[in-house]
Amino acid sequence: MTATIEERQKLQCNFKRVQSVFDDCMADARKYLSTAGIDAYIVGANTINKTGRGEEPVLVFLEEMPQVAAKLGEEVIEEVVTFTRTLAKSPNSKAIPNFLQSLGAAARALESRLLFTEYLNLVVQTAIRTSPKVHGIDSMYTSECLPDFLDSVPHLLSLLPLGGLKKWVDYGVLAYPNDPQHQREYFQLKTADSRAVIQRERHGTLFYDAERKLDLYMRGLWLHDVQFIPYSLDFDELRKPIPYLNEQGLHLPDVFDDLPNGVRGIDRYRAVLAHLSAHRRWTTPLIADNLSPFQRMAVEVFEDARVEYLALQEFPGMRSIWRKLHPIPNENLQQDADVSYIRHRLAILSRALLDPSHTYDNPLILKYVARFNEIMEKGNTRTPDIQMLGVQFISESKVPSDSYGKIYFNNTEVEYRDDNRLMWLFIEEGDEEVYEERPRPPQESEDEFKIPPRMYPEWDYSAEHYRPDWVSLYEHLQPKGNPAKIDQLLAKHSALAKRLKKIIDLLKPQNKVRIRYQEEGAELDLDVAIRSLIDFKSGAQPDTRINMSHRHDGRSVAVSLLLDLSASLADVPEGCTQSKLELSQEAVSLLAWAIDQMGDPLAIGGFHSDTRHNVRFWHFKGYNESWGDDVKGRLAGMEANYSTRMGAAIRHAGHYLGHQQADKKLLLVLTDGEPADIDTSDARLLIEDARIAVRELDQQNIYTYCINLDPKADEYVADIFGRQYAVIDNIARLPERLPQLFMSLVK
Amino acid sequence: MSETFDIKQYQITQEPYYQAQSNEIALYEAAYKARLPVMLKGPTGCGKSRFVEHMAWKLGKPLITVACNEDMTASDLVGRYLLDANGTRWLDGPLTLAARYGAICYLDEIVEARQDTTVVIHPLTDHRRTLPLDKKGELVQAHPDFQLVISYNPGYQNLMKDLKQSTKQRFAGLEFDYAKSEVEIGIVSKETGIGADISAKLVKIGETARNLKGHGLDEGISTRLLVYAATLIKQGIAPRDACRMALVRPITDDADIRDTLDHAIDAVFVA
Repeated sequence: MTATIEERQKLQCNFKRVQSVFDDCMADARKYLSTAGIDAYIVGANTINKTGRGEEPVLVFLEEMPQVAAKLGEEVIEEVVTFTRTLAKSPNSKAIPNFLQSLGAAARALESRLLFTEYLNLVVQTAIRTSPKVHGIDSMYTSECLPDFLDSVPHLLSLLPLGGLKKWVDYGVLAYPNDPQHQREYFQLKTADSRAVIQRERHGTLFYDAERKLDLYMRGLWLHDVQFIPYSLDFDELRKPIPYLNEQGLHLPDVFDDLPNGVRGIDRYRAVLAHLSAHRRWTTPLIADNLSPFQRMAVEVFEDARVEYLALQEFPGMRSIWRKLHPIPNENLQQDADVSYIRHRLAILSRALLDPSHTYDNPLILKYVARFNEIMEKGNTRTPDIQMLGVQFISESKVPSDSYGKIYFNNTEVEYRDDNRLMWLFIEEGDEEVYEERPRPPQESEDEFKIPPRMYPEWDYSAEHYRPDWVSLYEHLQPKGNPAKIDQLLAKHSALAKRLKKIIDLLKPQNKVRIRYQEEGAELDLDVAIRSLIDFKSGAQPDTRINMSHRHDGRSVAVSLLLDLSASLADVPEGCTQSKLELSQEAVSLLAWAIDQMGDPLAIGGFHSDTRHNVRFWHFKGYNESWGDDVKGRLAGMEANYSTRMGAAIRHAGHYLGHQQADKKLLLVLTDGEPADIDTSDARLLIEDARIAVRELDQQNIYTYCINLDPKADEYVADIFGRQYAVIDNIARLPERLPQLFMSLVK
Repeated sequence: MSETFDIKQYQITQEPYYQAQSNEIALYEAAYKARLPVMLKGPTGCGKSRFVEHMAWKLGKPLITVACNEDMTASDLVGRYLLDANGTRWLDGPLTLAARYGAICYLDEIVEARQDTTVVIHPLTDHRRTLPLDKKGELVQAHPDFQLVISYNPGYQNLMKDLKQSTKQRFAGLEFDYAKSEVEIGIVSKETGIGADISAKLVKIGETARNLKGHGLDEGISTRLLVYAATLIKQGIAPRDACRMALVRPITDDADIRDTLDHAIDAVFVA
């Protein structure tokens, strides 16, 4: 139906393209809107026209609005128009078409007025927060990111709930406050961060969350132990990968959403695994060369059905899941003359084979289902048994259109089935000659032993969430210096060492623990004795275990000492003759010696950072290494450089300490200043991150204690470590204080 | 302790159902004929205790069972003096009773007892066949019918809980495991009167859990639990609910394993 003359008059807009689509838009509007709604619709279009931003916004409005209003109610038209007007008055009017374009997707994904209004708020907030601010005045500059954000919204909302979208925006706003170029790339979904945050916030069952369950599923139900290799569906729009099995392992999607028909994401994973396991158990490869591609497709359909039939003998409950995931192709589909329906036909066959309650009545399909069932009921089937079925089905059902290039794909893909690549053996790979290229063995580099970086998150206190995989930490073994230097230092402190030795002897495990309820023991346990006597007097069976004895309690403490090796360590503090580095060397040597004497496992590591991309962690001593020349040499080689990004280093030291088997785990952090790095302007950020890192370790039962050499440390050290710290004002006495501190901690 | 102790109360009068898995009955009978001490090894709920009961019934001997625990002392096995109005009197422990009156003494889960407790059985388990009661100053000669049987579950094995070699090497051993699926189906059906088809499905779920042993489960689903589940189904409980209640909830608190086993139940029993 075309637009009436009055309607045309009401629309005071003379852009040619608007006029040309107006008829179609009105037809759409009549389908979804009431008369009042249509009025509001046209008035709205006028208002947007009058904002003077050209034809584009009007066109988009006319196209998108009827369906948005149908989803969310007609009042939404007014709301959108008002919002667009505000936007037009702001510096961000350029983004109006992008905004209007995003509404359709937003309405479809959010489905509620309330959420939609929140979405509008989010757009405003994003605009304000990404606008450059000069002297605190922010309403003068255009947000470069807003159009990019709005363009990404349809894709984002297909993956994230609104809450997740908000967090994604938060992250982008806060992570690049002074870097508009990167911020734009973030909002264009071009950076790795951007994708990582999506992955974290998205809905559905993530592979990483479900991995253990799937592992247990494979072991428990199928006795298979396979390597899972997840792939992502998000960034491959053209051709979605499907699950498959090869020598490396089992490839499957990294996320499965719950489906509206009640199939949970985890069950979709299990459907894939069950199908693949059934293939692994029952499929034997066939020679592919003798069959045409269509024949192969048909044989695959029968083979899929065969292994599922066998699996259902064992696990009949799988049928309900598979049935829900298998498409139901329409048998009475209106068929175009120039399209090949081969896939469609095979999908019907596949459905009929899986679902005994199907409603198809095509005699050919029914005949082949019956033949299939007959073969299966005989039992002991093998893959070659059903090969003939596939070949015959193709020749009997063949129509000329099958070989057309345009193939009907809709509703023919079975998402839980793999591509059956292991089912076929190709004898001739192709006609081309093959030049085998042997990969050359990689050149052994003379370079020191290198490990790929470990990625650690960093806590962003203002956004209250982790920045995923933010910090790259590289581990190195500290190059050796001259161990004699450490021996000299120890000799210098021999008097102190002697005193320490006395304390150590006292500290060696000798705590007595009382063991009660002993029939025979060192002394009478009066409590129990009296209770027994009472029992006896009252005629009950007395407990004769009225003695107690003692045993020595062993101590089980693992210690990790983490040294801040930032450049400031090379300073010589006032009133001292030695640099902090040398004092630390002395102190650490004494401590290491003392702990070695006590027999507790000790690791020594140091760190410094040069931006978040390069945090270096130096190993000086491992837990099982003994206090010898190797360790002394590394300590002597200690150097000071760069800055202090503490959080990642704490997490890394905690990672190793967490794997130690000990009742008590102690992480000692020796530092001379607050966390800071050259790529972070907000001083608070790294302090807060370190605080969270300490709290994480606390949850893993690791006690973190800081020894701080910075006289001004009181301002921040309590924020990070709570009450678990000591500030050493007289740095010259560090070698003496450090072992004492340790001993008072473990006493 | 009066001399007129009635050992008859330990006699087993009705035949306990036991389905032999192999030739263990003949082996046990031969061991009993020679009065060799016997050790039964095997996971929990696979039928060790039932086997001993069955054999005691078959041989017509009384059976004294002691469940061992780590607070048990040697006196708890051997006996002790008690104070009474006239001074003290001696009270025989279960092991002494069995040795005196000719019963089969079954020490269940022997590794739970402390090692200093387990050594008191040593003189009873070699050629001496005596039990010295050092507090009482008596040397009990074991009755000709007396036999000692112990059981333990190597599954718990850790450094602290293992038998000493000197104890182990006094016993003839029989190893038990969950029965093969056909046999186990028969056991579950026979115990509960439930159809073989449902038993087969229960056993299938049991095997699923046993495959997960060592991957978060210390022990798979025992035959005993399968029998419980079958009993519930027999009472009219829906199989899926009965399995969740009897098979899954008792054995694990691990959410992932629970979820996997729940799925296995759904996959095996169609709602």
